[in-house]
Amino acid sequence: MSSLLDIKGLVTSFDTDSGWVRAVDGISFSIEKGKTVGLVGESGCGKTVTAMSIVDLLPKPSGHVLEGEINFKGRDLRKVNGAEKRKVRGGEIGVIFQEPMAALNPVQRIGKQLVEILRLHEKISSRAALRKSVELLDAVGIPDPGERISNYPHQLSGGMRQRVMIAIALACEPDLLIADEPTTALDVTVQAQILELIQSMQKKLGMAVLMITHDLGVIAQNCDEVVVMYAGRVVERAPVRELFANPRHAYTKGLLNSIPRIESERKSELNTIPGQVASIQDFVSGCRFCQRMDRKNSVLLRQRPDYREITPGHWVETCPECFLT
Amino acid sequence: MNNDSQKLLQVESLRQHFPIRGGVMMKQIGAVKAVDGVSFDIATGETLGLVGESGCGKSTLGKAVVRLLNPTAGRVLFKGHDITHMRQRVVRPLRQDFQMVFQDPAESLDARMAVGELVAEPLIIQGIGNRVARQKRVGELLDRVGLPGNSAGKFPFEFSGGQRQRIGIARALALNPDLLVLDEPVSALDVSVQSQVMNLLLELQRDFEMSYLFIAHDLAVVKHMSDRIAVMYLGKIVELAPAEEIYRNPRHAYTKALLSAIPVPDPTAKRERVILEGDVPSPINPPAGCAFGHRVGHERYGESIGQELPFEEVAPGHWVQKCPCCID
Repeated sequence: MSSLLDIKGLVTSFDTDSGWVRAVDGISFSIEKGKTVGLVGESGCGKTVTAMSIVDLLPKPSGHVLEGEINFKGRDLRKVNGAEKRKVRGGEIGVIFQEPMAALNPVQRIGKQLVEILRLHEKISSRAALRKSVELLDAVGIPDPGERISNYPHQLSGGMRQRVMIAIALACEPDLLIADEPTTALDVTVQAQILELIQSMQKKLGMAVLMITHDLGVIAQNCDEVVVMYAGRVVERAPVRELFANPRHAYTKGLLNSIPRIESERKSELNTIPGQVASIQDFVSGCRFCQRMDRKNSVLLRQRPDYREITPGHWVETCPECFLT
Repeated sequence: MNNDSQKLLQVESLRQHFPIRGGVMMKQIGAVKAVDGVSFDIATGETLGLVGESGCGKSTLGKAVVRLLNPTAGRVLFKGHDITHMRQRVVRPLRQDFQMVFQDPAESLDARMAVGELVAEPLIIQGIGNRVARQKRVGELLDRVGLPGNSAGKFPFEFSGGQRQRIGIARALALNPDLLVLDEPVSALDVSVQSQVMNLLLELQRDFEMSYLFIAHDLAVVKHMSDRIAVMYLGKIVELAPAEEIYRNPRHAYTKALLSAIPVPDPTAKRERVILEGDVPSPINPPAGCAFGHRVGHERYGESIGQELPFEEVAPGHWVQKCPCCID
């Protein structure tokens, strides 16, 4: 059986003042039907660009998908255009953005924004769409949905706005939900509510979720599989338990070791990853984690490491220095 | 109590209200009760962690403590001196001893000043040293916080987020303070950089015997940095206890909910989650009774209406706001 989403060798570049930069540099991963895949990495590693490449929402005119395939339900989304593309985006793939205040239209009532997406994707009267909008708001746990439907986004709290975003993303019962840092802007108690909501909607609709986050706690508790990105590339990918128990790339291990944990000894020195991510113009073609670690071996810096499946479902970039045996 | 030499900072029933004005005459028609009766103290070399959700008043409390605000009521004692209502001119020389580090180093550093100027600014304001001595001190400070030697001539935008936070820390350290108020110092940073900055703060505290008021919303971070932790909800401290104790034995329902909501970075962990309903109520018009009981719609909420909820010591050093709905 083929995967719901299968990304092969995706390259996304931006045309900047200092030339073309490759924000996503040849990445591959897939998502099975109904599963949750976490995409984790530090800011600027290409997580969001990957997601925006899938739904073709890259900033224009600078952003371009240059290479690779984005196979979704048996067709390459790069070759899909016009009406078909609009059917996929918002219909078969829903998106939740990080900052709901920036993603919702501030001068439209939330009801209108829901009706808009419903009528765009379904043959449905405006009265029926309004009725369905109320049901959707109710389903995502908004109290008094009949009243709230005529609110503007600024009248809602951050958590409520994110619920509206989810209602819009799920309006057409998509097969895949892309959640780009859905809880980063929220408080921890509200974060728990929203994650719970996404999980229950996922069960109800049988949809797959691509969860983009930098929070390894969110990954551990919500995902089936994890894709770890570093500097535009996937350095490791594995089922969640396998990744946490047996990280095989030095970056993944460093990341896992550097989070403070409740049970760790207070005021003890934390493990750190030395240095910082190079800026995108300076990325080497070889192993970029070696670049951060300031290793001088020119072969490692020049030659891109192989990406290999070491046990079923566990893929690692096998740089001789960063691959842990 | 003024002569309690152990306590570097004492805060007593501090209130910080912001007036809401309206109408033609711009009369005061209400108040945002951002901090509403908070008491705690910090000993020399100690870190008090302050946690709570956005809007609970933790940043306002931090600013009130270092007198960036004029508190509405209550007292702030620093080394026994009452600084609550001192004029800014009188506070300024004292401020050498208490400094603040802000959350977002991109916004709190003047983009048009070179790093050397930024770090020297506190020295100039306090009239310390001449140009040469200041330059030397800036060099020492930058080195101490782990920035490259040539940083002084560069501008903030040339640095990454973690490095910018180091600049903010160097600036706060310039006057050898005894107390640092750290307002979400690592929240804007990536995990791998966050641990670098946390290590730096721990090291500086050991070397200079500073006290920290460490404000954050990430409970794992706060736990790692703090000796004692205060949990704030809607302008009040609802629980205050030694760090280990508050995690092992939380007594207030809000602390319990907060702890259970943290996603644990371990996929094998099985946990009971207390999913809280609703949002934090507005500090403009807080509920008449226990603010947390109101949020969760507790059946005994009614009993707390109109009551002054006492802050009691339930075990040595473990303080809880007693209320019928939040304490078992």
